[in-house]
Amino acid sequence: MRARLLPHPLLTLLLILVFIFLMNEATPGVVVLGIVLGIVIPLLTAPFWPGRPMLKAPLTIASYVLIVLWDIVRSNIEVAGIILFRPADRLRTRYVTVPLDIVTPEAIAVLAGTITMTPGTVSADLSADGRALLVHCLDAGDPEGAVAAIKARYESRLKRIFE
Amino acid sequence: MNPVIEAVVAALILVGAFFLLVGALGLARLPNMMSRLHGPTKATTLGIGSLLIASIVYFTATRGSFSVHELLITLFLFLTAPVSAQMLAKAHLLRSREEQSRVTPTGRPADWATLAKGTHDAS
Amino acid sequence: MITIAIAIAAGAICLALGLTLYRLVVGPDATDRVLALDTLVIEAIALIVLIGIAYGTGMYFEAALLFAMVGFVTTVAFCKFLLRGNVIE
Repeated sequence: MRARLLPHPLLTLLLILVFIFLMNEATPGVVVLGIVLGIVIPLLTAPFWPGRPMLKAPLTIASYVLIVLWDIVRSNIEVAGIILFRPADRLRTRYVTVPLDIVTPEAIAVLAGTITMTPGTVSADLSADGRALLVHCLDAGDPEGAVAAIKARYESRLKRIFE
Repeated sequence: MNPVIEAVVAALILVGAFFLLVGALGLARLPNMMSRLHGPTKATTLGIGSLLIASIVYFTATRGSFSVHELLITLFLFLTAPVSAQMLAKAHLLRSREEQSRVTPTGRPADWATLAKGTHDAS
Repeated sequence: MITIAIAIAAGAICLALGLTLYRLVVGPDATDRVLALDTLVIEAIALIVLIGIAYGTGMYFEAALLFAMVGFVTTVAFCKFLLRGNVIE
C-alpha cells in the first residue's frame, strides 16, 4: 500500500520542499497543496522513474555537500586567477582518463557533475561501457595527482553513499 | 536598513558581478573551445549564486520575513550547468577532428561514447 | 551604498555581455556560439535579479526562473542538434 501510493518517497519530499520554496511561504494551504502535488506527480510520471536509487550514509551525504560547496568557491577563485593573470600560452590544458570504481548510473552522474563544478576540471565524456570518465583539465601540472585527488575526494564518498 | 546588512548586500553584489565579468573574459580570451568551457561554467555559477544570496539577504531584511525562493534559481543553475557543459563538450568532441586527436585513451576495450560508432548519445 | 554597488555591477555585467557577444560573433565553431548563448542567458538572469534588488520588488523572480529553465532547454536542444542532426527523434 505504502509502496503503491508513494513509489518514490524522496521525490515526494523534494517536490513538497520545492513547492514551498516557490510559493515563498509555509502557510497550511501551501503545505497541503504541496503534499497533494508531491503524491500525484510521482504517480503520473512513474514510467520515467524505473529504478529506485538507494541513498545510504546520511552523514556522508552532508559532508559531501559541504565539501563540494567549499570546492566550488575555491575553484571559482582559482579559475578566476588563471583567467586574469595567466598568459594563454602558459596554460597546460590536457585530457586525463579517470577509471571508475562506481557502477550506479546515478553515482556516475553526480560524480561527472561534481567534477565539472570543481577546480579546473570539466568532465567531457563517458566511455561506451560506462567504466571510465574523460576529464579536461584547464591547468594540469600533475595529471596522475589530479586523477588520484578526484578518486579519493569524491568517488570514495559516492561509493559509500550509493553502493 | 542596518548599515552592516547594507554593506554585506553591496559586497555580495560586487563579488557576483566580478565573477560574471571574469567568466565572460575567460570566454572571450582563452585560446580553444575546451578551455573556454571552464570560464562560463564555473565563474558564472558563483557569480549568479552570490547575486542571488544578496537578493535573499536584501529582501529578508527589508520585508522582515524570510525570503528563500531565490535559492531555487541557484539550485537549478547548479544542477544544469554541468549538464549543458557536458553536452557542449560532447558536441565539440564529435565535430572537431583536432580535438579527437588530443583525447587520452579509455584504458578499456570500449571507446568514448561520443566517438564509438552508432552510440552517439549512449550516455 | 547599495545603489552605488548596483550601478557598478550593472556596468560590469554589461561589459560581460559585450565580451560574450564578441565570442558569439567571432565563433569560430558552432559549439562556441552555443556556449556564448548559454552565457548570455546567465548574464541576463543576473541583470534581472539586479533590477529586482534595485526596484525592491519580488516581481522579477518568476522571470528569472523562467529564463533559467528556457535557457537550459535551449542549450540542450542546440547540443542535441549538433550531436545528432535532430532534436526530437
